[in-house]
Amino acid sequence: MNIVIAGAAETDELGKLPHMSTAQLHLQAARNALADAGMTKDDIDGVATVGVPGPIQIAHALGIAPAWLDGTGVGGSSFLFHVRHAAAAIRAGLCTTVLITHGESGRSRVGAPRPALGPDSLIGQFEMPYGVLGPPTMFTLTALRYMKETGLTHEQLAEVAVAQRRWAHRNPRAMFQDLITVEDVLASRMVAYPFHLLECCLVTDGGGALIVTTEERARRSPVHLLGSGESAESPIISQMEDFTTSAAFRRSGEAAFAEAGISHDDVDHLMIYDAFAHVPIYGLEDLGFVKRGEAGPFIAEGHTSPGGRLPLNTNGGGLSYTHTGMYGMFAIQESVRQLRGEAAAQVPGVEVGVVLGNGGMFASAATLVLSNRRP
Amino acid sequence: MTASHKPVPKPTPETQPFWDGTAEGRLRIQRCDACSRHFFYPRPACPHCGSDDVTWVTAGGRATLYSYVISHRPAPGFEQDGPYAIAVVELEEGVRMMTNIVGVEITPENLPLDMELRVVFEQRGDVHVPLFTPASAVDDAPTGAAA
Repeated sequence: MNIVIAGAAETDELGKLPHMSTAQLHLQAARNALADAGMTKDDIDGVATVGVPGPIQIAHALGIAPAWLDGTGVGGSSFLFHVRHAAAAIRAGLCTTVLITHGESGRSRVGAPRPALGPDSLIGQFEMPYGVLGPPTMFTLTALRYMKETGLTHEQLAEVAVAQRRWAHRNPRAMFQDLITVEDVLASRMVAYPFHLLECCLVTDGGGALIVTTEERARRSPVHLLGSGESAESPIISQMEDFTTSAAFRRSGEAAFAEAGISHDDVDHLMIYDAFAHVPIYGLEDLGFVKRGEAGPFIAEGHTSPGGRLPLNTNGGGLSYTHTGMYGMFAIQESVRQLRGEAAAQVPGVEVGVVLGNGGMFASAATLVLSNRRP
Repeated sequence: MTASHKPVPKPTPETQPFWDGTAEGRLRIQRCDACSRHFFYPRPACPHCGSDDVTWVTAGGRATLYSYVISHRPAPGFEQDGPYAIAVVELEEGVRMMTNIVGVEITPENLPLDMELRVVFEQRGDVHVPLFTPASAVDDAPTGAAA
């Protein structure tokens, strides 16, 4: 049974949307994805989503009577997990057509209560006492170790942001489009040494949705799911086993490549969740595209930039396109657009795309291998 | 140290021995009697070999600097600190924990990775949190005990 993405869409707008609640962002994205798929809500019998308001309200608000629900919430990678779980559920006969939604009022915080982590939680006892203030002070914590062990320079770290802005420069929907230099990055405000503001992701409002079903049920030329993988490591960054490599990235990638039966040379286009500038570096190495310590020079030499041999984060990524808080949905959306030939910064001849999603701070990961060819 | 409004951890049954230890000026971690390895954070069984034959032991308090960031945007309670180091240190017993580096001006030049550190404790409410300071500062102090 061939599993496909038969519909994919984002909210009409991304960025600063104080006039829309979290639920509205989910529902607008869902309706856009249904329209894109040429389907109605009556075609949907499975719903998956993460965070507020959750799959029950999404199904109810749209008038869907679900036979299958998935509320897997493992951070910004959750939507990649949902695609994988939906594929398994459809193959198992639990449902036929799954709607996956994301909406997040990450910037305006409308209808989005901030989850409170108590002082008796794991992070409350063993990380919050030390003055961590969100991902900029935690996700970033691995970078100096990586730099010491591999020789990555501050300039090479800055090159990640420079490379992705080159893609955003070609994308009218990207929040930041002006070209930048390494000097611009290093001159931007220090947030948490060694990370400057331009090496940190945006905080935006927006949403996206996908329709996952069988090839037979798709009503437009679909994107095939060739393989997928998922894994997890430490729930708190301080307990990540090796600060220079993500075990969850490695395991999810190996599983997805193995199921798809592809090699790295087959990959035409790559999306790696980029909450901070070091994450694509880990992703390139942990997925096996380059060897340990080579990702920084690889990006700095332009291989992931427009015209390079491995186009990476071609929407501009979380650093320049959008980052609502759970960015994984937008990484999938860009992969689908590239495979359909509909991307703003379209790469010619894309047949196989890989999406690596991060959840939490190197806490969970999932990888999807997608293609516009049948398996 | 002066009173602050820094976050105060709230012990739970499985972490109580750790926080009881810090209140006594001891850094307690768990050791697996089956495979002889240490682990942290507190858990009911060894994450390495799965044995539940685990014992609380007092660590020596020596560590090295594994990685850190210098936060330029203070969390609540840290407003008076200036840029501060959120660090992960590796104890000589092999486990790592998050902490702050204190007793030294917080600059990248003063904080080379793998530098040697010693534990100190800071009272916060009813709880004492483990912080780390450069070993050179402790070992050179006239009142410091011989290692």
